[in-house]
Amino acid sequence: MLLTVNGKSHDVDLPSDMPLLWVLRDGLNVTSVKYGCGIALCGACTVHIGGDAVRSCQVSLGDVWADVTTIEGLGRPGALHAVQAAWITHQVAQCGYCQSGQIMQAADLLARNPEPSDDDIDAAMSGNLCRCGTYPRIRAAVHAAASAMREV
Amino acid sequence: MGRARTIARRSFLIGSAAILGGVAFGAYFVSRPIANPLLDGLAQGEAALTPFVKITPQGITLIVPRADVGQGIASTQAMLIAEELDIDPATATLDPGQPHQAYFNGVIVGESMPFPAWEHGAVANTMRDVMRNVARLTGSQFTGGSSSVADLHETLRLAGATARETLKAAASARTGVQRADLRTKAGQVVLPDGTRIPYTELAGEAAAIAPVADVTLRPASDWTRLGKPYQRLDIVAKSTGTQDYGIDVVLPGMLHATVRANPGRGGAMAGYNADAALAMQGVRAVVAVNEGLAVIADNTWFAFQAAQALEVDWLPPDHPASSAEMWQALSAARTDAFRNSRLRDDGDVEAALAGATVIEAEYRTPFLAHAALEPLSATVLVEADSVQIWTATQIPAVVRDAAVALTGLDPSQVTLHALPAGGSFGRRLDHDYVVQAIQIAATMPGTPIKTTWSREEDMTHDYPRPLHMAVGRGAVGNGRVLAYDLDSVSPSLISSWFGRISSVPPGPDTMLVWGAFDQPYAIPNYRVTGYAAPQMIPVGSWRSPGACSNTFFHESFLSELIHAAGADPLEERLRLIADPDSRRVLEAVGEMANWAGADIGPGRGRGIAFAHTHGVPVAEVLDVTLTERGIRIDEVWIAADCGTVFDPANAEAQLTGAAIFGLGHAMNCELTYENHAVLQTNFDAFEGMRLHQTPRFHTQLLGRAERVRGLGEPATAPAAPALADAIFAATGRRLREMPFSKFISFA
Repeated sequence: MLLTVNGKSHDVDLPSDMPLLWVLRDGLNVTSVKYGCGIALCGACTVHIGGDAVRSCQVSLGDVWADVTTIEGLGRPGALHAVQAAWITHQVAQCGYCQSGQIMQAADLLARNPEPSDDDIDAAMSGNLCRCGTYPRIRAAVHAAASAMREV
Repeated sequence: MGRARTIARRSFLIGSAAILGGVAFGAYFVSRPIANPLLDGLAQGEAALTPFVKITPQGITLIVPRADVGQGIASTQAMLIAEELDIDPATATLDPGQPHQAYFNGVIVGESMPFPAWEHGAVANTMRDVMRNVARLTGSQFTGGSSSVADLHETLRLAGATARETLKAAASARTGVQRADLRTKAGQVVLPDGTRIPYTELAGEAAAIAPVADVTLRPASDWTRLGKPYQRLDIVAKSTGTQDYGIDVVLPGMLHATVRANPGRGGAMAGYNADAALAMQGVRAVVAVNEGLAVIADNTWFAFQAAQALEVDWLPPDHPASSAEMWQALSAARTDAFRNSRLRDDGDVEAALAGATVIEAEYRTPFLAHAALEPLSATVLVEADSVQIWTATQIPAVVRDAAVALTGLDPSQVTLHALPAGGSFGRRLDHDYVVQAIQIAATMPGTPIKTTWSREEDMTHDYPRPLHMAVGRGAVGNGRVLAYDLDSVSPSLISSWFGRISSVPPGPDTMLVWGAFDQPYAIPNYRVTGYAAPQMIPVGSWRSPGACSNTFFHESFLSELIHAAGADPLEERLRLIADPDSRRVLEAVGEMANWAGADIGPGRGRGIAFAHTHGVPVAEVLDVTLTERGIRIDEVWIAADCGTVFDPANAEAQLTGAAIFGLGHAMNCELTYENHAVLQTNFDAFEGMRLHQTPRFHTQLLGRAERVRGLGEPATAPAAPALADAIFAATGRRLREMPFSKFISFA
């Protein structure tokens, strides 16, 4: 089965009912995509499919409908996406385990809504759990990233 | 009477600990130098100038032995060394090192002594020194108890200074310039004429001379990095998906495993049928491990699927089967037969209550999971003459010793690759998941196997925060709190936890009453009694152990008495507290919040709570509004004093994160049991706080206290009682049991 991840095509020999999360992690060694709950409650596994933020634990390999982007495809050290840059400036991460998912969710929000209110951010981001409690800085970083993206 | 008994009890303890701490071994044994573990295997041109600094021609490695579980301690350790070593820590390699006596934690063991952290009399300080020696002798290497900075801040700066001066001595020997005339900057020794010699070029010569011993630490006024907000060294990796956690290890030829253990923790297995599991795609083997079975497969998903297909005949454990029975057992333990400590007994509580109108209230806190977002995981490769372990742990020496016991190899044949943790909150103070991973890998020598617990396994087989209850009795008069008596009842966390990882220490379980007996209130008649209930579910350390329940009990009951007395909650606390550090944080939080009482208008309420935990006084004020959808937390003000703050940006993150942890669990989390099994197995039933519920925070660190302390835990404990107090102010309803969502809705 062909799967495109961050612009690179992979021929994947795994069952079609296997969740994309595990295809990425164990099949392709893309370990930035995190396992947290397995049932779409925490958002740690969030990736983009065709530009939309989705929980990769809930999408079977056979159902992947478009190209997949993980956080490596969003930006890299030295070539950061505006959301990642804001996350760094605001020192958001503590343990950091949820942050790949948070960043992918925030990037999706800002692509749809360049100037989100606090309520918009609450609505978009409340599905992403952070056990360390970095929420105040997530809010601040989303606003900062929105400003930065509007200025470009 | 009570006071005399307390003192006698302490004397007994001091006697037994003094034996442990060295008197019986002789002073030489206690004080003899600890070997430097980095000296083994050094090549020509390499230097290990202290156990924390290794320099080779290729670069500088800093050993940062305390585990980073999200609190940022890897960066802080590196910064402490770098400040004296004069290097940019971002240019160094950080390495947790191998478990070793040189990395013992001298603070955490002393904290378990029956003295409040704010008490600094000769006896208390002597006992802490004695226990430091116990830790030193036993190589007790823990990360926990918010102790890392308190324990290491001088050690690491001294390591940096020793390495720096030794490099200067080597440069002096090479150039003939006096050491006093040399400077250091950015990893180089600078001669008076401006010539620069990189440390990496001096390593070989520095290794050949004795480390310089006469070093003094720079005063804070000379610091160039410490004390200012700095960028965490892991922040770019954690913002780009390039940070590898324990669960992310990938090795050539690696297989994947998962565990299915008895849902009744501690119960045995009568038998099983693995035929269906073994017939599934990608399954390699089913093997027995501690507490149950493991499936080894080609990937984690196959292993998870097959684990569900196992048919197992579980036997029940020998503790109560349901939450209802456990609460009954707990209530029944509030008797002299289970009395464990009375570490606070001032005045005469019974006499004060005898003639008074007694106010009485009962409080409860439930079992709670740690539920770190990274499920427990360990990767192990067992070979004929070695075992390698990749995992995140707070107890590396215990993990190494377990590997030795399980494989029969020598400690020198065990390599621990300690990796950052995706949260812990105390869970990785146990090593059950690593033991299972070693057992699994031992069945296939030569093949690396990563064992990953499912979220459901992680929740079901936690060592949770113990359930805990308290009964307060008190009296007020003339607008003041006159008598305060608190009975605190819980299964002993110390017995349960230490019973698993080492041996149970003698004396009372001080953790059982942390946050209650050790508070700096001078109530004229004041008593705190701990009762150790029978063990039920095995329990573990959960962020701010003991205090996470006792502060809720202690501060809530104090608030009830202050309300009954008609006093102001802040003013009465200040009247009862003499400790200057504690007074200052209460005064500061009052100023920050413009405190003018708990009444802040219709449909709203303001609460306050204070705790002195992990050596840090913390005061929190919290405002709520009653909305159509339930209680909304609007603002939280936090004032604390941990002494010197090394990184203000991370300190603020720890204060707010700890408070959110305390609030979220108080709002809606509990573990309950039926037929021995946990009913809450994922985040649908154990949610904590989410972004839309997060209040605005205002924090202040006073930096006035003399002693340097850590901040991973202290702001956790006062959060729940401050919330309950605010809800009372808004609704007139006093919540005495967590989670509050059983009684009231949250927006």
